[in-house]
Parts: sequence; structure tokens; C-alpha cells
Amino acid sequence: MSEIPGDLKFLKSHEWARLEDDGLVRVGISEHAQSQLGDLVYVELPGVGDTVTVGNACAVVESVKAASDVYTPVSGTVVEVNEALTDKPETINEDSYGEGWIFAVKPSNPEDMEALLDPDAYAELLDEEDAH
Amino acid sequence: MTEMTVLNPIHRALGAKMVDFGGWDMPISYGSQIEEHHAVRTDAGMFDVSHMTVVDLRGVRVREFLRQLLANSVDKLKVSGKALYSCMLNAEGGVIDDLIVYFLEDDYFRLVVNAATRDKDLAWIRQHAARFGVQVEHHPELAMIAVQGPHARAKAASLWPAELAARALALKPFSATREGALFIARTGYTGEDGFEITLLGTEAAAFWRRLQDAGVQPCGLGARDTLRLEAGMNLYGQDMDERTTPFEAGLAWTVSIDAGRDFIGRAALERQQRDGVPRQMIGLVLDEKGVLRHGQRVHTTQGVGEILSGTFAPTLGKAVAFARIPAGDPGAVSVDIRGRQLAARVVRYPFVRNGQACAGI
Repeated sequence: MSEIPGDLKFLKSHEWARLEDDGLVRVGISEHAQSQLGDLVYVELPGVGDTVTVGNACAVVESVKAASDVYTPVSGTVVEVNEALTDKPETINEDSYGEGWIFAVKPSNPEDMEALLDPDAYAELLDEEDAH
Repeated sequence: MTEMTVLNPIHRALGAKMVDFGGWDMPISYGSQIEEHHAVRTDAGMFDVSHMTVVDLRGVRVREFLRQLLANSVDKLKVSGKALYSCMLNAEGGVIDDLIVYFLEDDYFRLVVNAATRDKDLAWIRQHAARFGVQVEHHPELAMIAVQGPHARAKAASLWPAELAARALALKPFSATREGALFIARTGYTGEDGFEITLLGTEAAAFWRRLQDAGVQPCGLGARDTLRLEAGMNLYGQDMDERTTPFEAGLAWTVSIDAGRDFIGRAALERQQRDGVPRQMIGLVLDEKGVLRHGQRVHTTQGVGEILSGTFAPTLGKAVAFARIPAGDPGAVSVDIRGRQLAARVVRYPFVRNGQACAGI
């Protein structure tokens, strides 16, 4: 199991969220999620300006094997999307916590971040999933 | 009960991602499924297909039995070692399974049937073999490794003694040679040249390792699926089953309505031919971004159908699929992908042959 960066928070559905210095929350899918999906071939991005609510599916990642919804960990307005993924969706396989980010949200409710799992709790969730 | 092939410990040691496939614990990939796919298109890859069922048929009336059992005509098999692809139908013309039959001796044929259908196939074959006094032997002690790709035959043959290697390399497509329990066939399920090698389970692990040392890439069932779909080959259970006739599954070319041969399902097929085949299987390409997948609804001017096998095709960089739709000219076709209607192009398949996109794809 690779190291989970300490500045990330997670949804149980394997999305990560990173609160950045400018107050934006960058969102992607976890290393575990990309490894379960396998080679990604297509990413459907949200629109810049879209209003998103916690728990809403607002992007789709598709691997050879399956399509998977990406839920937003925080509510707010989408202010950036990672257009580079359109031509190189495999960036998510190669660098899920960095260059493989999917979209960034200007959060409308800063408390949303506190409801998310910290890296230890997320690692524990993965251990439990492995046990099944 | 999950079943395992003798190579299961090797897959796990190689770090393969394992999945349940028709009751078998099988590798879906060892790393990148797309890299495995390209290895087969450009060099050589190998698949553990030991879950496939090998059935030997022996008896003086075995050819007569197979004339009745199979929709394709075993009378096309005139030379020992020659293989034929066929469907095995029920009385309604529905496909019980698809298989390869090898003619070995006048009183000895071999069938290779699917893993998920093993029990019903064996029961059906035994039920009909009895009348012909044909012995039905299932061989679970055998393993099978498919070595596929433009360099597959050379790499595999480099591991055999000179005489056997020469014999294997001299094989014409769709024929086999034997050396004791070792059975080498120039067949496959990828659209590339190669061998499907049947051998004793006790010898499979050592042979797998030697193939790996010879530069053959281990490949999982994920790559096998994208390769066979690009190659325009049906998957039983997804593209056809007992509720479809070969005519509705793009398999009319495998049915031989020859004079005087009363194979099981023939009357139903002739009835369907006379009354009109209500459904057809077509090939689709999606030029837009997105992935065609099993179960998506397909809209045509003749009515609604559905995607059977669908996937991202790594050789083409876009999605391809088989779809079953109502008979007739489909006109403009669109596919419902998560609520969006995307235009799809109807094409003749195979989509890919010998590493290259086919014309018009």
C-alpha cells in the first residue's frame, strides 16, 4: 500500500479532497480507486461554473473494465477542471494524488471538509475492505 | 466452490489481480491490461486458459455422432489434426455452447468447450453420445496455455526439441499436432497468430516460466476480452446463449445446412430461415468519447436493441461493440450512455486483424 499524503481527506466512495492555500478544494480519486478500476480510458468532467452538492455525482471516470461516478466531497462551485485528462486519462493511474486531479471547487460550506475521513481513517477503511 | 487452475499460485506470485470468472479464480491482469493487450498485438503474450474444458470422444461412430451434435459439419475435417469452430444447439436452435472440435483419428475427436458451461455441456454430450456408443472423457488433469501474438509461435517453438518445433511451426492455421499428452494447436482468441497449447497440469508451471523467460508477457482475462472483441469473436453468455440462434448472433457462417445431415436444431433453424430471422447482430464503433458497454440501449430505425459485448478497444483508441437489434436496415444508430444519446457507426467486423485496424473502422 502506497503512502497516503497527510493533507488529503477522503469520502468512503474513494474520492480525495485537498484544501489549498487559496481556499479551493481540489478533488480526485484515490490510489486504491484507480488501481481497482485499472487502465482509465475516458473522463467526463463537470462544467466550470456548475454548482455541486456533497454526495452528488459530478464526474465519471471510465476504465476498460467499468464506469464509475465521482462524487464531490464538498459543496460549492466548480472553478477549475483538469482538461489534460481528456487526452490523457491515464494520468489518473500514474499520479492519482497529483497531476491526476479531476476538478476544483470553491466551497460554499467550509465545514464539509470536517465530515471527511482523515488518511488514517481512510487507510483503516481500505484494510476492512481487504478483509472481506 | 471456487475452482482454481494449476497455475493459480503463479498468478498470485506475479501479483495478478484475481476475479471470479464463471466460478474460477482467474487473473484479470498482472498490471496494465492495456499494456498486456499491446504485447499480444505487437509481440507475444500468454494466457492461462486451463479453465477451458477438454473432452475426448472415442468410438467407431464418433464422426456420425458429431454430425448430429454440431451445427457445423465435421465432414469438413479430412486431415488428422484439423480443427473446426462450431455451435452446439438445442432442439429450438438455441446455442448451448460454442466450441472447437479437432479430428484426430477416425475413432477419436477432441472438443474444447467453455468453462462456465462445462456441466451442462458434458451432460448434453453424454446424453446424445450414448446412442452412438461414443465414450466421453473429460480431462481436468490437462492445463492449457494460449501463446498469442506475431512472435508467439517462434518464442514457444524455441522451447521444444527441434523435431517437434519444426512440426509445430509447419502447422497450418486451425490445425494441431500431438506429442504424448502435449497438444499444440495453431488457434486462438485474439485475432493474432499463435498456439493454444494443452499439456499435463503437472508440467504447466514449468512451461509457463520458460515462456516468461523467452519474453512472453503474462496476460489476464481483461486483455483477452478486448483482444477477442477487436478480432470480432463472440463470447458465449454475452453475445449468444440458449435464447439466440446462430443466425441472430452473427454465426450463420458456422452453420452448415448440408444435404441429408439431421443435426440437433436444424429444423428450428430452417423454420427461422423460412419465416425470417427476427434479430441480427451488428458491429458498432463509437467515434465520440465514451465507452460502449454491455446492456446499453441501442436505438435504430427498426426499433430498440442492446449492446452485447462492448469495450474500449486499445488498438483503435475508441469503443467498439456488438449489438443485437431488430432485423432490417438499422439506419442511423445511437446508443444511450448514462442518459445521453451518442451516435454510433454500424461497421462490418472484425475491427482489428493482425495488429491493424480493418478497413472502414
